[in-house]
Amino acid sequence: MSRPPGRKQENHKISRELFVLTYGALVAQLCKDYEKDEDVNTCLDRMGYGIGIRLIDDFLARSAVKKCRSYSETADMIAQVAFKMYLGVTPSVSCSSAAGNEFSLILDKNPLVDFVEELPAERASLCYCNLLCGVIRGALEMVHLAAEVTFLQDRLKGDAVTEIGITFLRKAEDRKHKRNK
Amino acid sequence: MAIFSVYVVNKAGGLIYQLDHCAPRADTEKTFSFPLDLVLRPHDERVVVAFGQRDGIRVGHAVLAINGAEVNGRLTADGQDVLQFLGNPANYPVSIRFGRHRLSSNEKLMLASMFHSLFAIGSQLSPEVGSSGIEMLETDTFKLHCFQTLTGTAAAAAPGAPEPGLADASVLAAPGIKFMVLADPRQAGIDALLRKIYEIYSDFALKNPFYSLEMPIRCELFDQNLKLALEVAEKAGPFGPGS
Repeated sequence: MSRPPGRKQENHKISRELFVLTYGALVAQLCKDYEKDEDVNTCLDRMGYGIGIRLIDDFLARSAVKKCRSYSETADMIAQVAFKMYLGVTPSVSCSSAAGNEFSLILDKNPLVDFVEELPAERASLCYCNLLCGVIRGALEMVHLAAEVTFLQDRLKGDAVTEIGITFLRKAEDRKHKRNK
Repeated sequence: MAIFSVYVVNKAGGLIYQLDHCAPRADTEKTFSFPLDLVLRPHDERVVVAFGQRDGIRVGHAVLAINGAEVNGRLTADGQDVLQFLGNPANYPVSIRFGRHRLSSNEKLMLASMFHSLFAIGSQLSPEVGSSGIEMLETDTFKLHCFQTLTGTAAAAAPGAPEPGLADASVLAAPGIKFMVLADPRQAGIDALLRKIYEIYSDFALKNPFYSLEMPIRCELFDQNLKLALEVAEKAGPFGPGS
């Protein structure tokens, strides 16, 4: 979908349905290729990671946001700016740990599952939108924030809401710093 | 008003893209008769003017062509040593073109890496914490503007922080891609141009599925759009692009 040179940057509107259908076709093909749900989930996560490491530069270039100074600022940025920019939805953020490094994004509307009512019986542990987790993980890694991103709740599996959990991993004490002390 | 060149340096300090948009100064070609009143001497792989500056031919300019044929380092097009050729009165009158030596691609690679290191040293020397590094280098003939992105592959482990803030990854541990633009000192709007180049990079290089991160950028669309952006910025002139 390359733009002809010279065209002013504008939001290239393609059919949202085409995008949702494409994603659905991708997941369906992966389900045909892999027997186990974990393999499909891993594959989706890996694809999302590849998207995330490239998408982050696009996000930073277009939104011109400043560097985030805390984990909660980062989580807010993801929910309010990034999700809005790319998926058109704004999940709500809540901090779910005293240590302040676990956050959850609660999506009440998820465009990717527009046409999916429920998972088939033999695919009960499939994370349909695992691509999103990979995207967030890849994007955070490129700005030097290691994180684990998983689905905590999923409407498709019968839960009330769809909840993505982001856990920022704190690195072990740097040896260099120990020596300085 | 001109933008001379654009360099893109990856996170490891390697040059991944370079564009020479226009040369800062034109070459000078003149016809000489024996004896040559310029003093020439060999320097590195070329013959440069050591003394006798006149008429646009400055000290440091290299011999670029003799009688229309480009010289090959210190040899003329047909293999003779340049200084010997010019020492022989039988070859006169001769037309010699002088100008600033064009950088070879190896030299550009080396200079880009050197700048990357200087940038890192600059951010460390900064008295302020979290310095953004060298943003501008100004001389009387050009200005070098540099913009570093926030992204970068995860480097050494950042120190654990007791508070739930971000561990302060110093710029040294977290380099991003650098976009450098060399332009005329009076040219305005380079900051906006750098942001635009970042957008063009994220569009035409990163979104190209066959482009691997950190590798030299060989995308036709990136070239085209970059040249367009440079032309827009140049037309805007010393007042910068309109709002």
